[in-house]
Amino acid sequence: MADKVLMKGNEAIAEAAIKAGCRHYFGYPITPQTEIAAYMAKRMPKIGGTFLQAESEIAAINMVYGVAGAGFRVMTSSSSPGVSLKQEGISYIAGADLPALIVNVQRGGPGLGGIQPSQSDYFQATKGGGHGDYHLIVLAPASVQEMADLTIKAFDLSDKYRVPAMLLADGTMGQMMEPVALPDVDVAEIEKPWAVRGTKNARKHNIVNSLYLKPDELEKTNFERYERYRQIEENEVMYESFMMEDAEYCVVAFGIAARISKNAVLAARNQGIKVGLIRPITLWPFPTEVIAKAADQVKGFVSVELSMGQMIEDVRLASSCKKPVLLCNRTGGMIPTPEEVLAKISELADNT
Amino acid sequence: MLSQILIAGFGGQGVLFAGKFIAYKGLYENKEVSWLPSYGPEMRGGTANCSVILSDAPVGSPIVSNPDILLVMNLPSLDKYENATVKGAKIIVDSTLIERKVVRDDVDAFYIPATRMANDAGIPTLANMIMVGKMIRETNAISFDDMENVLKKVVSAKHADLLEANLKALQTGYQYEG
Repeated sequence: MADKVLMKGNEAIAEAAIKAGCRHYFGYPITPQTEIAAYMAKRMPKIGGTFLQAESEIAAINMVYGVAGAGFRVMTSSSSPGVSLKQEGISYIAGADLPALIVNVQRGGPGLGGIQPSQSDYFQATKGGGHGDYHLIVLAPASVQEMADLTIKAFDLSDKYRVPAMLLADGTMGQMMEPVALPDVDVAEIEKPWAVRGTKNARKHNIVNSLYLKPDELEKTNFERYERYRQIEENEVMYESFMMEDAEYCVVAFGIAARISKNAVLAARNQGIKVGLIRPITLWPFPTEVIAKAADQVKGFVSVELSMGQMIEDVRLASSCKKPVLLCNRTGGMIPTPEEVLAKISELADNT
Repeated sequence: MLSQILIAGFGGQGVLFAGKFIAYKGLYENKEVSWLPSYGPEMRGGTANCSVILSDAPVGSPIVSNPDILLVMNLPSLDKYENATVKGAKIIVDSTLIERKVVRDDVDAFYIPATRMANDAGIPTLANMIMVGKMIRETNAISFDDMENVLKKVVSAKHADLLEANLKALQTGYQYEG
């Protein structure tokens, strides 16, 4: 256990962000992610960083916008209702082509909802969320180790493509403790010639902006951004494939739902049902080709989600509706049991 | 080996801390571990619980719905979780606070007046660790060694003076034969 410590998922995010060179955190407390802010409040002053509890989520995301414009690694975190409040700022950051990390430790909704775990912000995270033509890079951790690793990855991807990244976790992932090894990160010094840091009268000043009143100019920025999105889709898809080699049925699930589904897959295998699991790690870009390939191999899919069924639409699109896709879900803070997932796998196996 | 442990009681009894100790001990024994607390308003005085899984294989779902080891420190918790335990489960009951017996006859129940013992020993806040000591005695989940090293991981430096008291509580529970 030399280098492994037990940490809450929320704490792992915070420590990993610091390791990744993030020295600026702005947020507003909300369950179930407040440990991130608490951790930052304790650590940032000791390492010359900024922790600031803003007066609101909207203020916090606009502070992120400012620091991102100056070219420094910066983040905010919240939970579902708070992330809804941030959407205007997120759209501005995407429109200004700035890198930043937004963490959403999801809870049940809509509205103020509840405080128990949920995955019902999938649409909001993966389809834009705010107004306008944009995407976030969306990463979905399924362990405390991944809470740390994907936080670092998110900063790197965001800097590389100048696209804001979102870590989409849930209350379970935020609150649970697991052993985690925090890697020492070699923070790559990425040139940010676009950053607004003062010109020293040596060059023309940079402009960070998301306002383009001439439609042809705005169209051009959107075309350019979508070219970067195409590169991300081509190069950055991440997923885990579990027992898919000989699978006749495929469960698709991310985050906590994937953890539960693994138990169900093993139980189904014990009953002789050949089932596997595909776990998207990047929700955007979605592992479309992997699902498409699986559609030629398996007789059907089960999408397991802590929502009324959101990712299931992407599974159907990716598989071109070639095979049936069943939904196994709980919502509002309830979590499906491995038995419920197993029952749905059996239902699929009985009917295909 | 797979142990699915659920610890439940009132908020303030140290249910989450007890789980954290067990998880750290599992980590110390090179097991795969997970710890998941209830985090609702119940943490402030209602019923609190936490799921701890110790396993030789990577942990799938971190949620313990059907424990094979159940530690209960109040009556509502026994009422709620007795029927959720698996056949052959071991249930450790704080008999100071829970007067009734376990009804199921397909589980092993162990009764220990942990809260009274903690008061008698002058460590009134550590009934939770007496329960853990008893659990170690009656199950194969973790072994009773290197306790001090593991305690150092979970007792914050600020409270280093409580190391001895925790150790005493663990020993008190471990030695209880009743």
